[in-house]
Amino acid sequence: MNLAETDTRTVNAPTKALPVPGGAGVEAWHVESPVVPMIALAFTFEGGAAQDPEGKAGCAQMLARLLDEGAGDLTSDAFQERLAARAIELSFHAGPDAIGGSLKMLTKHADEAIDLLALALAKPRLDADAIERVRAQMIAGLRYQQNDPGVLASRRFFREGFAGHAYGRPSSGTLESVAAITRDDLLAMHALIIGRGAVKVAAVGAITATQLAEGLNRAFGALPEAGELRAVPKTVVQGLGRREVVDLDVPQSVIRFGLAGVPWRDPDFIPAYVLNHILGGGAFTSRLFQEVREKRGLAYSVGTSLVSHRATAMIWGYTATKNERVGEALAVISEEIDRLVANGPSDEELQKAKDYLTGSYALGFDTSTKIAHQLVQIAFEGLGMDYFARRNDMVSGVTQADIRRAAARTFADGKMLVVAAGRPTGF
Amino acid sequence: MHLFRHGTPTFFPQTPSVSAGRADAAPHGRSEAGGPAVTGFSLDNGLDVIVVPDHRAPVVTHMIWYRNGSADDPIGQSGIAHFLEHLMFKGTEKHPVGAFSKAVSGLGGQENAFTSYDYTAYFQRVARDHLGTMMAFEADRMSGLVLDDAVVAPERDVVLEERRMRVETDPSAQLSEAMAASLFVHHPYGIPIIGWMHEIEGLNREHALAYYKRFYTPENAILVVAGDVTPEEVRRQAEATYGQVAPQGARPERRRPREPEPRAMRRLAVADPKVEQPTLQRLYLTPSCITARDGGCHDLELLAEVLGGGSTSYLYRKLVLEQGLAVNAGAWYMGSAIDDTRFSVYAVPAEGVGLEQLEEAVDRVLRRAPAEALGAEAIERAKTRLVAETVYSSDSQSSLARIYGSALAIGETVEEVRRWPTDIEAVTKDRLSAASERWLTPARSVTGYLTKTKDADAPVAIAAE
Repeated sequence: MNLAETDTRTVNAPTKALPVPGGAGVEAWHVESPVVPMIALAFTFEGGAAQDPEGKAGCAQMLARLLDEGAGDLTSDAFQERLAARAIELSFHAGPDAIGGSLKMLTKHADEAIDLLALALAKPRLDADAIERVRAQMIAGLRYQQNDPGVLASRRFFREGFAGHAYGRPSSGTLESVAAITRDDLLAMHALIIGRGAVKVAAVGAITATQLAEGLNRAFGALPEAGELRAVPKTVVQGLGRREVVDLDVPQSVIRFGLAGVPWRDPDFIPAYVLNHILGGGAFTSRLFQEVREKRGLAYSVGTSLVSHRATAMIWGYTATKNERVGEALAVISEEIDRLVANGPSDEELQKAKDYLTGSYALGFDTSTKIAHQLVQIAFEGLGMDYFARRNDMVSGVTQADIRRAAARTFADGKMLVVAAGRPTGF
Repeated sequence: MHLFRHGTPTFFPQTPSVSAGRADAAPHGRSEAGGPAVTGFSLDNGLDVIVVPDHRAPVVTHMIWYRNGSADDPIGQSGIAHFLEHLMFKGTEKHPVGAFSKAVSGLGGQENAFTSYDYTAYFQRVARDHLGTMMAFEADRMSGLVLDDAVVAPERDVVLEERRMRVETDPSAQLSEAMAASLFVHHPYGIPIIGWMHEIEGLNREHALAYYKRFYTPENAILVVAGDVTPEEVRRQAEATYGQVAPQGARPERRRPREPEPRAMRRLAVADPKVEQPTLQRLYLTPSCITARDGGCHDLELLAEVLGGGSTSYLYRKLVLEQGLAVNAGAWYMGSAIDDTRFSVYAVPAEGVGLEQLEEAVDRVLRRAPAEALGAEAIERAKTRLVAETVYSSDSQSSLARIYGSALAIGETVEEVRRWPTDIEAVTKDRLSAASERWLTPARSVTGYLTKTKDADAPVAIAAE
């Protein structure tokens, strides 16, 4: 038995959306799993760091960090105490396109957890002392990472690759922009994003559909309508063919590289996904892992992944090697990309990649928290609830022609934007 | 995706943001869910086996644990446990290099391995029906490893790059290493898991094979299978695979020096031009869940949670919320260790607050803790959080496999793991207070500053005006 053959049983996918009474604009997916007496909830509001006002990068993230710092009549300390007293785990985060959150609770504390979530979403206090505390924490975090080669390389990569675009600004802001954010900015961001309209919810665990619908109605049903988001113009990664250095006195350079990509909703996404797996996906068998690490000992970590945002997509990669070997590492990476463009993968390589991707799909569905996050991501991308049933067939159906088309759209002529943080030689 | 890169050692926290110790690895107990019906038995060749049922999906987590870690590295060969872990992916007489990994990925499985101070472990996650195949491969590399210099040399470069990535480019990791080296004046917990740079450079094929022959034996291993299986199936398949590996007659001995009673308060600093955010770190030498098996370790686990577990903890409340001297503060305890271990307190200063000033405040707060921090409500809250972790972790079969594997690898029993929530519930205020006064003392401590310095090579006077 290969996992691929048992997917319908192994992938705990919902079969129909859960109606949330009074919750127009709230889409909820539910998987009941009674074995462990806990519930994992994940949710996503449309609109994230790309909505940060000019000069206020970090605003969405600051809002996300403030939602559990006091709400309704509860000050920050009182709110945190209520969560801790029942071991309820609530967290929020902001990405480029969304503010999302996660709630984990023992089933016996579900009512309390939902009440606290409802308060955090609808009535965050945004008290002055909490704002200043979170601001100080964000600034300390930025300073802590200020000369981290990985962070420097990533920030520079996005600044160059998405110059002049909202995606070029860091979600966590800068020392200057975080200092400039006001309570009014945060209130405006809250009104813009945290509302009914485009919120996706997934719940997994020991809770019935009826109980869940009632809870979700309490948590999301009373939110006001979300505001009208600023349009984020479509873009592609800029600067292909360019190499940039962030000078830093360290013995090893951290490298980020990127090429065009294909968004998740595009019909060529799955072929591009398979292609990415062959080049640098997360198994020890990928070409970059073999050529850069296994054969040459150039790096401990090397790989690529597909980035799919609302308004852009790219393949981006990472590695780190001692300064003296940067030129060699990049030459090996480019050569593998060129070889894939020129010859494609072998039939056997393609088959193995498909076997891995179909077989391992179910491994991402083995804990309630992971299932909830998978579901909410599929819902957010608008791929439909049948995606879970279709996905492995789509992967299995990828042909050499599909791979070539995906390679032409992503790798094109093989030119990439490369950023290295360190003191690279031969670069 | 980084999670499944092989060779990731289990480095314990090097940054204040990570919580650690037993709270992270809180075992499953019977208090909430009843707990899975864990079965344990041994094969004739001495291999211990643990089966953790989880029938929610037809998937298994297959792990093999060896009772040797970096603290068992021979003197002068620091990093050999971790280096061998990398080399275990280089093939056997039966299966050439890469064959195992290709088989795992061809079956849609995932794999990895990690090294810690007291153990080394390898695992795969696959569909239930492939368990026997994984066992056959893993049993084969328990005794059949083949190494030649053509694979050893590039893999040593990989480990050197790993060390550059984790430590050589990161001043805060350098501070953590220096503090551990100072806390443990004699015991090998003071040596980094990955090894010192100059000693990794000298590791070779002979070192690796000698270490392999000494430790990779059935008597020294623990098989943990969590997932959609029965103990009977696991026993049958294990006997057909691991059961065929010849025993060496006795479990290899771990020979470790004991840490002497500490007398001196120690202070040190890493000053680097790259540091923009100073931090304060403190370590105390304390007993572990093996050296304080009488319950002393449960006191320390709960004490770490009360003092420094999250934003309702005493340290956070005092230093961040009330006094505004820090932007973050907390504590953790690495209870899961064979020998005496570390308890950590950390704080990140608020803007304009010096590390000396912050350290004084931390010490004031810690001195008052026995009288002020141990209210009934605070203790209850900390217990609730720790015990709830046992339910949350039973949602993940890989977490369960890790919890049982790591406990057995350091010499705990299945019963001790199951009893853990009850033992935590039994800790009293008096015990917490006694633990705080006995262990968190200056003579047992190392204090570390991470600070910025001007580049020593930079011209000093030129830019003065």
